[in-house]
Amino acid sequence: MFVNGVTLQNRGVPDSHRLSVYAGTGGYAALRKVLLDPIAPDQIISEIKKSALRGRGGAGFPTGLKWSFMPKGVTGTKYLLCNADEGEPGTCKDRDIMRYEPHRLIEGMIIGAYAMGASAGYIFIRGEFVEPIHIVEAALEEAYAKDYLGQNILGTDFSFDLHVYRGAGAYICGEETALMEALEGKKGQPRFKPPFPASYGLYGRPTTINNVETFASVPDIISKGGDWFLNLGKPNNGGTKIFSVTGHVRKPGNYEVSMGLPFKDLLEMAGGLRPGRQLKAVIPGGTSTAMVAGAAMMEVTMDYDSISKAGSALGAGSVIIMDDSVCIVKTVERISRFYMHESCGQCTPCREGMGWLWRVMHRLENGQGREEDLQLLLDVGSRIEGRTICALADGGVAPVVSSIRLFREEYEYHIQHKRCLISMGDA
Amino acid sequence: MLSEKSLAAIAHERTKYPAEQARSALLAALRIAQEEQGYLSEALMAYVADLLGLPAIHAYEVATFYTMYDLRPVGRHKLCVCGSVSCFLNGSDAVIKHLSERLGIGLGETTADGLFTLQEVECLGACKDAPMMQVGDHYHENLTPESLDVLLAKLRGGSDDVR
Repeated sequence: MFVNGVTLQNRGVPDSHRLSVYAGTGGYAALRKVLLDPIAPDQIISEIKKSALRGRGGAGFPTGLKWSFMPKGVTGTKYLLCNADEGEPGTCKDRDIMRYEPHRLIEGMIIGAYAMGASAGYIFIRGEFVEPIHIVEAALEEAYAKDYLGQNILGTDFSFDLHVYRGAGAYICGEETALMEALEGKKGQPRFKPPFPASYGLYGRPTTINNVETFASVPDIISKGGDWFLNLGKPNNGGTKIFSVTGHVRKPGNYEVSMGLPFKDLLEMAGGLRPGRQLKAVIPGGTSTAMVAGAAMMEVTMDYDSISKAGSALGAGSVIIMDDSVCIVKTVERISRFYMHESCGQCTPCREGMGWLWRVMHRLENGQGREEDLQLLLDVGSRIEGRTICALADGGVAPVVSSIRLFREEYEYHIQHKRCLISMGDA
Repeated sequence: MLSEKSLAAIAHERTKYPAEQARSALLAALRIAQEEQGYLSEALMAYVADLLGLPAIHAYEVATFYTMYDLRPVGRHKLCVCGSVSCFLNGSDAVIKHLSERLGIGLGETTADGLFTLQEVECLGACKDAPMMQVGDHYHENLTPESLDVLLAKLRGGSDDVR
């Protein structure tokens, strides 16, 4: 098994955020090879395609394909953006890449900019991440000083400017077009698509945007080859992936492992459950993905295809573990509150629907549930799904609907007995 | 309305974007203004918008949309406890209860001495070290009643930069 091998490989090395330490472990060799050998932009994109790298922010879109959408031969600025607005509950991996491996992210972006002909870029970091913001800004200064950023990089014709952009607190800015709106100084509300960012992105210019972990995977793919990366994982699910394992495990943390690792092995790496506890349910990809029953999860391998077959999604790799001490209704009520809070208010089904779902969940949890409430939740959910500009609302529906399907008797107990089947106390 | 230092910081932000895209510096300019003055009054929002050559409504829209802007005065230390799912599963309600008892205030309230404001916020992206909270620029993780008491004592001791 391949542990902590790609995007967090230097975590644990003292001062791993410094350029000198990164360079000492082979850092920026891929960029030098690309620019000085040189490697043609098309060849870089085909290597990324070969690696089967898929977007690590949640949607899992093939990265090489996305890069190939960037138009060629256009005049004016093309932009490359990094989505570091990590905010999906259960997700805490990009923060660690930025704290421990900022140069791996920066090198991946510079290579991407060269491959797509982008001349300016921004790393959009959520505003609460003050420590990572300072680390990445310091790393950018180091990269400028070494001539890896700026005009005529390493004496070539290629120029690329890169800055940090600080968010100001809004989950929705993790949606790529909302992020662009925020970068333009507006409310972060998603745009209608099409047009897609590759033709109309930041300031209406051709733009590509990828997640932190996606960019941080690029340098090793270039230096070791697309086949090397692909073979770390499995076909269509190339490479390694960071899984943020949180909730009821003894050693919560970020585990970077080969795609396709059995879930039960990942659970063991995270220290397993607390003594005397049974696995009740797992949310495998962040709260926007459907809940999976514990027993079913034990048969799953950690890759896009296997988790999808289990009725959920790998998402951002945010594995939330719940043991038999949880009240499902109380937990889902808490999750619903998040989506109500974070709805940007643009689309009516989401603005009204997220609040509606939470209010019904809230009364169920507080002993005021009605017989018809479960059907009401399912009906409201089905009238939200697919009827909004972005995926936030679908993500808010998924935990409600999936948990009713899996734990209906626990919901019914709340309605009949006006209290929880399982008391969590102060949790 | 703002110091030379803040104006210089805003001018620096302005250089990161194309000349015709002054609005891109708006979020940063509002943050810098809030850092200096404590919160964003309507007059301050209008002033910041004017600095960038924007109508005041652009600043109001942004200031009311994003959670990190304060539109009213808050305590010197804002205790932002994460209550999202991983923190919830690891006892964030108990953290809030403990702080509430120690400070004698509820969520959204500020202590009479103006030192602390207690807030519950949504996911701060530090789920593996739950439960956690943000105070100023810093994250405080794996919180326990004991560590909370130590932290409160340090903050009461006068430092704004307690890690």
